[in-house]
Amino acid sequence: MIEFRDLYKAFGPKHVLNGFSLDVADGETMVIIGFSGTGKSVAIKHVVGLLEPDAGAVAVDGQVVADLTREALAALRSRIGFVFQFAALFDSMNIYENVAFGLRRRRELAEHDIAERVEDALALVDLPGTQLRMPSELSGGMRKRVGLARAIAIQPKYMLYDEPTTGLDPVTSAVIDDLMVRTREKLGVTSIVITHDMRSAFKVGDRVAMLYEGRVRWSGTTAEIQAADDPVVRGFIEGRADARAEGGAADDGVPAEAGEA
Amino acid sequence: MLAAIGRWAATVLRGLGRLGLFLVDTARGLADYRTWTRLLPQQMRRIGVDSLPISLFIAAFTGIVLALLASYVITGAVPLYLVGTLVGKTMMMELGPVLTALALAGRVGANIAAELGTMQVTEQVDALETLAYDPYSYLVVPRMLAGTIMFPIIVAFAMGTGVLTGYLAATTLLPVTSDQFLHGLRLFFEPFDIQYGLIKAASFGFTITLIGSFLGLSTRGGAEGVGSATTRTVVYSAGMILVLDAYWAVTLLRHG
Repeated sequence: MIEFRDLYKAFGPKHVLNGFSLDVADGETMVIIGFSGTGKSVAIKHVVGLLEPDAGAVAVDGQVVADLTREALAALRSRIGFVFQFAALFDSMNIYENVAFGLRRRRELAEHDIAERVEDALALVDLPGTQLRMPSELSGGMRKRVGLARAIAIQPKYMLYDEPTTGLDPVTSAVIDDLMVRTREKLGVTSIVITHDMRSAFKVGDRVAMLYEGRVRWSGTTAEIQAADDPVVRGFIEGRADARAEGGAADDGVPAEAGEA
Repeated sequence: MLAAIGRWAATVLRGLGRLGLFLVDTARGLADYRTWTRLLPQQMRRIGVDSLPISLFIAAFTGIVLALLASYVITGAVPLYLVGTLVGKTMMMELGPVLTALALAGRVGANIAAELGTMQVTEQVDALETLAYDPYSYLVVPRMLAGTIMFPIIVAFAMGTGVLTGYLAATTLLPVTSDQFLHGLRLFFEPFDIQYGLIKAASFGFTITLIGSFLGLSTRGGAEGVGSATTRTVVYSAGMILVLDAYWAVTLLRHG
């Protein structure tokens, strides 16, 4: 279980998270939606200790992430797969080395076991036989699939997806959605998906939470959100230009360097 | 005015504090030796072996110029064999280490800052961390160790090359015989001359790779940030080489 407990985070004068609280139960896929720059990526970076909260806490399986020793944090990270918005593949390594990278850290696997796991992970994302290609030779969609393969190769308990379909055409986005569903079915992982893409949210999510002004504005099942009468939620789902103004928020998002698109 | 000075001082102190924390994290990164020992040979090749051609090129021409400059300065009653003395002492103690380091501040320092800076802004460093790697063990320690180990080796080759080309220039372009040059070279030679040059080289290697790694991993703001980190690495490294050069002279060359 992942718990966000009254989380506060600011970057300079910009308060990004203002009492963000959310529980993600084991086995479910939680989709966090919200306008650009509202701190969604900032929130999930706390789960793997890439950011530390100013106040509040994030707990994974009851362990408060910010209180963990370096060794305990490394152990926690080895149970979490993180899919980055732009894949974050290592340019200097081929696809095999990228996907094997997290496995090598464990040191208990022999090379032929690593090769098998890499092959399985690439097959799961429909990219068999690409082991020797370099990241620069792949399209944006293929890079995201390799990023997904790298995350699932470590056989994580949790998956965190940071805007997995942003920048992709509708067909490739649908492919990524299918892969997220397939990953959940095959590995039984608990997932958090950050997205703006409502079609993707409805397809992959069990529950949806809307982050607005640094806290959860609304949460419920994917069926419930379609009937939500909150004006901000409705405006967001329907893609209305005045949706942000419905709640009185200004368009002054998180600085890009803080990790939010 | 006072407010501006205060802001500047606060910025400098913050930067030094971050550098101190960076060094502490790097020292901690040494503990994960199974990670960095695997990467060290590759960095030693990139930072050391690949830097040899440019270093030897610079040293070769420096040796020639030194020999000609020495003969130009030495006139009248001063014996010409001192050309060998001047070439040897200057290459070993000053120009070998300093010119090599200044050239490598651009080649090695800028390369490290650009590489780590790009990794930072494209979230590759975050990806390393989420895959349970310590970026200090994986990225910083191998580069800093390689710089500290390989710079003295490169400088040793540069010293030898400079003395050799100085010898060739003196014996072919000047009225200095081979015996005279070698006599001058040996006359005031102390093993300390070489040790002094190599100590300086190690400190330059440590500093250049430290600055490149620190500024690279501190990069923010995309391509512009990477460019800025790269430029600052070269400028700060060049400045620090000269500061360290003076420091070692004051520390090790003062007699009595």
